[in-house]
Amino acid sequence: MEHIRMPKVENVRLLDRLSSRRAVVGTLYLTATHVIFVENGSETRKETWVLHSQISSIEKQATTATGCPLLIRCKNFQVIQLVIPQERDCHDVYISLIRLARPVKYEELYCFSFNPKLDKEEREQGWKLVDLSEEYNRMGVPNNYWQISDVNRDYGVCDSYPTEVYVPKSATAHIIVGSSKFRSRRRFPALSYYCKGNNASICRSSQPLSGFSARCLEDEQMLQAIRKANPGSDFIYVVDTRPKLNAMANRAAGKGYENEDNYSNIKFQFIGIENIHVMRNSLQKMLEVCELKSPSMSDFLWGLENSGWLKHIKAIMDAGIFIAKAVAEEGVSVLVHCSDGWDRTAQVCSVASLLLDPYYRTMKGFMVLIEKDWVSFGHKFNHRYGNLDGDPKEISPVIDQFIECVWQLMEQFPCAFEFNERFLIHIQHHIYSCQFGNFLCNSQKERRELKIKERTYSLWAHLWKNRADYLNPLYRSDHSQTQGTLHPQIAPCNFLYKFWSGMYNRFEKGLHPRQSVTDYLMAVKEETQQLEEELEVLQERLANLQKSQSGDNKVKSKQQDRSKQTGMYTSNNSLANTPQEYSNDLKSFPSRSPSQGDEEDSALILTQDNLKSSDPDLSANSDQESGVEDLSCRSPSGGGCLPSEDSGKDSDEAVFLAG
Amino acid sequence: LLRSSQPLTGPNRRRCREDEKLLGTILDEGERGFVIDTRSAQAAKQARMSGGGTEPKSCYPRWRRLHRALDRGRPLQESFSRLVEACSDPSLSMDRWLSRLDSSRWLGHVKAALSTACLAAQCLDREEANVLVHGAEGTDTTLLVTALAQLILDPSCRTLEGFQGLLEREWIQAGHPFQLRCARSASSHARGKQEAPLFLLFLDCVWQLSRQFPFSLEFGEQLLLALFDNAYASAYGTFLCNNEKERSLCKVKESTHSLWAWLNQPEEKQKFLNPLYSHNPLVIWPSVEPQSIQLWQGLFLRWIRPSQPLEEAWAEIQRLVEGN
Repeated sequence: MEHIRMPKVENVRLLDRLSSRRAVVGTLYLTATHVIFVENGSETRKETWVLHSQISSIEKQATTATGCPLLIRCKNFQVIQLVIPQERDCHDVYISLIRLARPVKYEELYCFSFNPKLDKEEREQGWKLVDLSEEYNRMGVPNNYWQISDVNRDYGVCDSYPTEVYVPKSATAHIIVGSSKFRSRRRFPALSYYCKGNNASICRSSQPLSGFSARCLEDEQMLQAIRKANPGSDFIYVVDTRPKLNAMANRAAGKGYENEDNYSNIKFQFIGIENIHVMRNSLQKMLEVCELKSPSMSDFLWGLENSGWLKHIKAIMDAGIFIAKAVAEEGVSVLVHCSDGWDRTAQVCSVASLLLDPYYRTMKGFMVLIEKDWVSFGHKFNHRYGNLDGDPKEISPVIDQFIECVWQLMEQFPCAFEFNERFLIHIQHHIYSCQFGNFLCNSQKERRELKIKERTYSLWAHLWKNRADYLNPLYRSDHSQTQGTLHPQIAPCNFLYKFWSGMYNRFEKGLHPRQSVTDYLMAVKEETQQLEEELEVLQERLANLQKSQSGDNKVKSKQQDRSKQTGMYTSNNSLANTPQEYSNDLKSFPSRSPSQGDEEDSALILTQDNLKSSDPDLSANSDQESGVEDLSCRSPSGGGCLPSEDSGKDSDEAVFLAG
Repeated sequence: LLRSSQPLTGPNRRRCREDEKLLGTILDEGERGFVIDTRSAQAAKQARMSGGGTEPKSCYPRWRRLHRALDRGRPLQESFSRLVEACSDPSLSMDRWLSRLDSSRWLGHVKAALSTACLAAQCLDREEANVLVHGAEGTDTTLLVTALAQLILDPSCRTLEGFQGLLEREWIQAGHPFQLRCARSASSHARGKQEAPLFLLFLDCVWQLSRQFPFSLEFGEQLLLALFDNAYASAYGTFLCNNEKERSLCKVKESTHSLWAWLNQPEEKQKFLNPLYSHNPLVIWPSVEPQSIQLWQGLFLRWIRPSQPLEEAWAEIQRLVEGN
């Protein structure tokens, strides 16, 4: 709390990002973990909570007649524009936030104070939900070809790797250690995914320290061991996910890539995915497009193209497809690396695994995938996502890109994933939020040193508890899309990649379809299930009773209730509707009438208590995606709107509103 | 909501008392009206040189004129062709694809059409004013705007039956020259001068609405695709000729079958209904931000993208909603 100069400022205005007309007045609070804006409004008192960890940048803008503007940009793409009446207050808030958003010690992070009111055992259970040794067993290892190695048990060989790695049977400790000395950051080739069906595998490592001509017997033996672990093929692919030029440039620094002449039976392949700096800039440019005021279609498309973002997403996807094909169709093992083997390698291995194995398309499987290829293999969460204040050049949206690849696949294969878009968005949110301990630090070693599992809670347990919100109603485990390998097209298919407005314009309600098909279908599915269960019960009773008539009547009335219920559901959604500013010519725009339809909103306003135990994000903008009717939808240029304008005309709405 | 063609003001600023009186009677005491001209102010002014023009403020004092330039004719056809070409080129890199999507300007036309329709709807709904829409001929962009505005405003136009009625009224009987406009489509080299995909633009806008309001239209994409197909080549007489007069001269009603009759048969109708439909009595206001306007893959990538995963998804939706 010592960093907070001003815990409370009154009469602050929260502006709609695009139209300063739609400003809401309220009070700004700064706590040790959040910035909170509470609207003054007799009934609503809507709250906007932002975790300090989410704050990406704060901009203090020039003071105007109305006050001193402060622009807060968040890592989850929320943009908050405040106007603070007094310049001095604004400055104090600014300085405080700068410090709060750049923690120096891990202990400052929210996960160490977050209390979901679970006991020690529940906390432990939460961490045990995802068990990697179970996962490797499920894959089918250890077996005749693969063994578990404890050579890294004290992180003595590679401090960014986990203590348990799987290596080919013929890779002795000597080979592993030798190979690790020849690899950048000591990240030697280790198993990422094993395909039971044909013994092909995906292994991962970092670049070899080959320079122009250096060789290492043990490293060559390591690759041979990987090849031998797959009797079905006489060679392996070595995939370098960097552009050729970059890889070659690395040779001058004593690193580089595998020479086919030195390594027997490898086929070497470059797949040019750009580095973290290019990706950081790409995202930056794309976000700038999103912040344009009233862009034309051309502005938007040009900006999107100029950012190169979708091109990068496709490059990652194409790499994953190549590897999946090599494993599934050719039965050939693949060794993947980039420079350090913790960014592009992680992306590409996890995309390939997702395509190959339907288990990773289930909710649990996806959590396991992230634990395996990202968390355990030492992806540098702290550096990449700024848990702590660090080098801005290390920041890069690496996992965001992976998550987007998954979303793009979900759009192409709507029945193939057990989880929905909201699941992905919430995971991304929490990677930055530091509310849970899963994504802290840069390696398993650091996390164990900090005793993360004893001091924080697991996101997976939290998501699992709320899994009903994250289900995809179209998923059926016996569906053709959910069996076996997914086969997205590589070309021609540029046009299948869409701009993910659900993520990058997440908080602009007006942009999204006002009616959530996912939530509707989930509701329908649940009700069908309930009805089927009731039907069973009733049928039993029918069998017992002599009178059939009373049974029929009950079933009929239940069906009527259902149509009323689902009707109500969709009608409520349709209230979230108001025109944008389609024209500047019409001066006599009716001003927003104060909320009449907002009784529903009170359910959205989370108190301190239930906030802590639920996802704080869900409080923040009456998130339409949560399936709760967003009655205060905000169009991008038009800002807030209330359904009362439309609903007032139809008396039936009052019935629905009252529930 | 009214529609017409341009007034023939001409270079000498002719007046027509009857026309002024007609427009005058529409407005009640103290009311105002809006004229939405689908040409740019510049183009409308230039039209005077060839005998056309706009309603001069002095003669139509209670009508306020708004210009919203919507492309028609050659530029729109070019736009369509370029988009179709871009879609069918397998060699494009992502950068080139986006660049060609942008330079085709098709999505810009969709945005403009929806915005103008929303403007008209807003005038009617929010300002409670009368609106007159016209371009030059009153047979192209005019109909686009009036038809879309009605879909936005009126829930009865969003039912299957109501939509057919809307098409009959605002496109067919209103005299959109289908025969001239929908002769050859995008890929043909023999491009007629009068060829222009206004009707397709309308269908695209309707698709955008269905995407933004998935529960509010009683019909689905299949209907829009069927209409697109039939506008260009049909076994039915509904879209033949250019106006009611020609249809009467050709005895279309006596010698052909109606598309609507076919569509409305119970077995066919099933395919065109939207399983998610639930009557929405309110006005539906679409977002016209660029992120909200998407390429209509179902049409432009119809033969290119793998259809199976999506068909399966719709089948699943159907199954869920109908409860097995």
